[in-house]
Amino acid sequence: MKPPDIEAVGITKTFGALKAVDNVSLHLPPGVFHALLGENGAGKSTLVKCLMGFYPADQGVVKVNGEPLRVGSPKEARRHGIGMVFQHFTLVPSMTVAENLVLARPDLPMVIDWKAERVRLAEFLKQAPFHVDPDSRISTLSAGQKQKVEILKELYLETRFLILDEPTSVLTPQEADEVLGLLRRMVDRGELSVLLITHKFREVFAFCDGVTVLRRGKQAGAGRTADLDSARMAEMMMGEARAERKVGKTRSPGGPVLYLDGIGAVGDSGVEAVKEVRLTVREGEIVGIAGVSGNGQRELLEAIAGQREMTAGAITVDGERHLPTREMLLQHRFFILPEEPLRNASAPRMSVAENIAFRLFDRPPFQKFGFLLDRKAIADFGREMIRKFSVRPPEGELAIGDLSGGNVQRAILARELSSGKVRVLVAANPCFGLDFKAVDFIHDQLLQARNDGAAVLLISEDLDELLELADRIFVMSEGKLVFETTPEAADLALIGRQMAGQRV
Amino acid sequence: MKLKGPDLFVPLGAVAAAMLVFGVFCAALGVNPLGVYASLWKAGFGSWYSWQNTLVRASPLLLCGLCTALPARAGIIVIGNEGAVVVGGLGAITAGLSTAQMPSLVSLTFMVLAAMLCGGLWIAFSVALQHYRGVSAVISGLLLNYLAIALMNQLIEGPLRDPSSFNSPATFPLPLDHRLGFFSGTHVHHGLLFGVIGCLVAWFLVERTTFGFSMKVAGGNVRTAKLVGLPVGRLVVMAGFLGGACAGIAGMVEVAAVHGRGNESLNAGYGYTGILVAFLARQSPLGVMLFSVLVGGLVAGSGMLQRAHDLPDATITVLEGTLFLFILLSDTVYGRLKIPGGKANAVAA
Repeated sequence: MKPPDIEAVGITKTFGALKAVDNVSLHLPPGVFHALLGENGAGKSTLVKCLMGFYPADQGVVKVNGEPLRVGSPKEARRHGIGMVFQHFTLVPSMTVAENLVLARPDLPMVIDWKAERVRLAEFLKQAPFHVDPDSRISTLSAGQKQKVEILKELYLETRFLILDEPTSVLTPQEADEVLGLLRRMVDRGELSVLLITHKFREVFAFCDGVTVLRRGKQAGAGRTADLDSARMAEMMMGEARAERKVGKTRSPGGPVLYLDGIGAVGDSGVEAVKEVRLTVREGEIVGIAGVSGNGQRELLEAIAGQREMTAGAITVDGERHLPTREMLLQHRFFILPEEPLRNASAPRMSVAENIAFRLFDRPPFQKFGFLLDRKAIADFGREMIRKFSVRPPEGELAIGDLSGGNVQRAILARELSSGKVRVLVAANPCFGLDFKAVDFIHDQLLQARNDGAAVLLISEDLDELLELADRIFVMSEGKLVFETTPEAADLALIGRQMAGQRV
Repeated sequence: MKLKGPDLFVPLGAVAAAMLVFGVFCAALGVNPLGVYASLWKAGFGSWYSWQNTLVRASPLLLCGLCTALPARAGIIVIGNEGAVVVGGLGAITAGLSTAQMPSLVSLTFMVLAAMLCGGLWIAFSVALQHYRGVSAVISGLLLNYLAIALMNQLIEGPLRDPSSFNSPATFPLPLDHRLGFFSGTHVHHGLLFGVIGCLVAWFLVERTTFGFSMKVAGGNVRTAKLVGLPVGRLVVMAGFLGGACAGIAGMVEVAAVHGRGNESLNAGYGYTGILVAFLARQSPLGVMLFSVLVGGLVAGSGMLQRAHDLPDATITVLEGTLFLFILLSDTVYGRLKIPGGKANAVAA
């Protein structure tokens, strides 16, 4: 079976007010290796889901071998040989490679004839691009081997058009080269088409024939990789530099306040996610950490916030060792605004007023006689903060989990900025998923904290946000800080290459 | 937090559904379900005499309910209540017998303290296993129940045994004036006071103190509790200790008010029934007061089922089990229930 010819014309897909994909066209003749490049949230995943018929496009049409693709049926895509390998593994860890491959068959009978299956499987593995022992248990495999099994699974299901969603984010550079190289050979033999979702330029240049760049849902550029260089591609991905910022900075930075001294942390899967992060934030300064999601930023924030064990290093505030205990947080006036505040910074079933009081409830005036809780003081403080930070609806007794995302963020912001004069503020993607009005409000608050003399560390996947707010910017890639610049001197192409893990 | 409609309708609906299913069960046994419910009502709440029976059963339930309800506020599910009752009772009888020469009040105080310490450490251990070592407190609590019962048998048949207790092994009895008394003119013992005071103190602790607030934050979201610097480990272990201490007192009350000595009756199932009470009460200490009396009435009525309908004693366990199942099921209904004419659950921006 030959790879199908896939053509998308003028695809537009909106979710509510958000145009996730805006008039994007793409033609992939049989036997190409094509890259889909873009920052997080640029619309890559949405476009691919339209290509697979997973989402109906609002406008535009997807044609497979010249016929329009019927939408809403995974079997239809499978019939045309379209398959996808997701970023997160979908294998059953307690089962063997062979069992996982057979399990994936859509027409699995009630009773499996293992003998026959094994023969079929052995046949298949003989001419497969890479070898994995069919009897090893998935849980004993490395990430690279698991990724190979995922790809083998698709090939076993006779996929001829393979979509890979950031497949190398879990692989070492050597593993990535090996896997992509072998797929490249299959493409060269005309057995397969590959659409590679990525943000790594190196992979685009090394393996892909063509590239389509998405930026905020729009097609920012496309072409043959032979005709492009990385500077041109970074410019397409990042867009032009933004206009001047509206809110002024009223002071210049003072002496050092927050010092991260070689912080290390281990991620959920047990791999080292944060490696020797070392930086200083001064008084009245915003230091930004840029990077593509999944390069250790989440683990870094959790380590700073005391939600994850620090395996190395230390935090210092004004020369004193800082530990995430209540006493020290208050003494160092250390506040944190994590991403996904409902999950990371609130107790969803407790009230808005109670959530706003989390920093101060055990100090006077909220605490009386050393142990009593003054519930009226908590309600009053909540009401005042709700008014000051325009939380809607303005009802303190409502469970915070019933509020919209932007209002949860406002309530948590109220707590973190109003529980005393801020000395250190650490924020992560504070505007993720919020509308423009809420974004401006939060940016103003961060700048205000800076102008009032706080040391602000802003971890963000939105480079525009960092260019607008930060005084200095670090780029984080694969758990390390790899690059430092200032917004004034920022070279977007260079930042893009650093984010994409390409050393220059 | 305001009490919302579902907080009332959902448990009541679950109770109604359980009663319906249990009614079918009775009918299948050839007994008129309405007659069974009438008997249960009469035996539990029909007269002052039956009210007294109910209150006697309710007093250990109040304390056993707290054993699950208090740690639940800190986000830990404890079901090791039975074990905590047993070790509490063992601690109490040991303390009581070793202070038999002292004045009555001193001895009773020692008994209460020993019971709290034994029961408290028992549950705190189980909770600490979960928090620090990742062993589910449900599993360890269940296993520790068996361990406690084995320990009890070991002690009352061995070192603590009164040689004159032939058929059913027991410890030496407590001196008569070292036991808990009765409210005048009733057969309701003073153990009820421990239960009522326990629930009121627990309510105060949870709703009115900074410690209770910290506990609720840890129970509401561990990540947030860590973010604001709360010592989560200390909080949950302490909540487990307080819950276990309550169950321990229940064991002490059984020893010092009902049996006068330590014997197998310590393992009478009040601990397990306490779990039901806590879930019916949605882990609220004041709710525990209400539902201890209701469930106490059911337990008191179990004998009546045998006398009036020729049903075995265990029938009441079937009703308890059915109730528990429907209460747990009803938890999944929260938030999905649309009340006609009511406001939508989520509030838009």
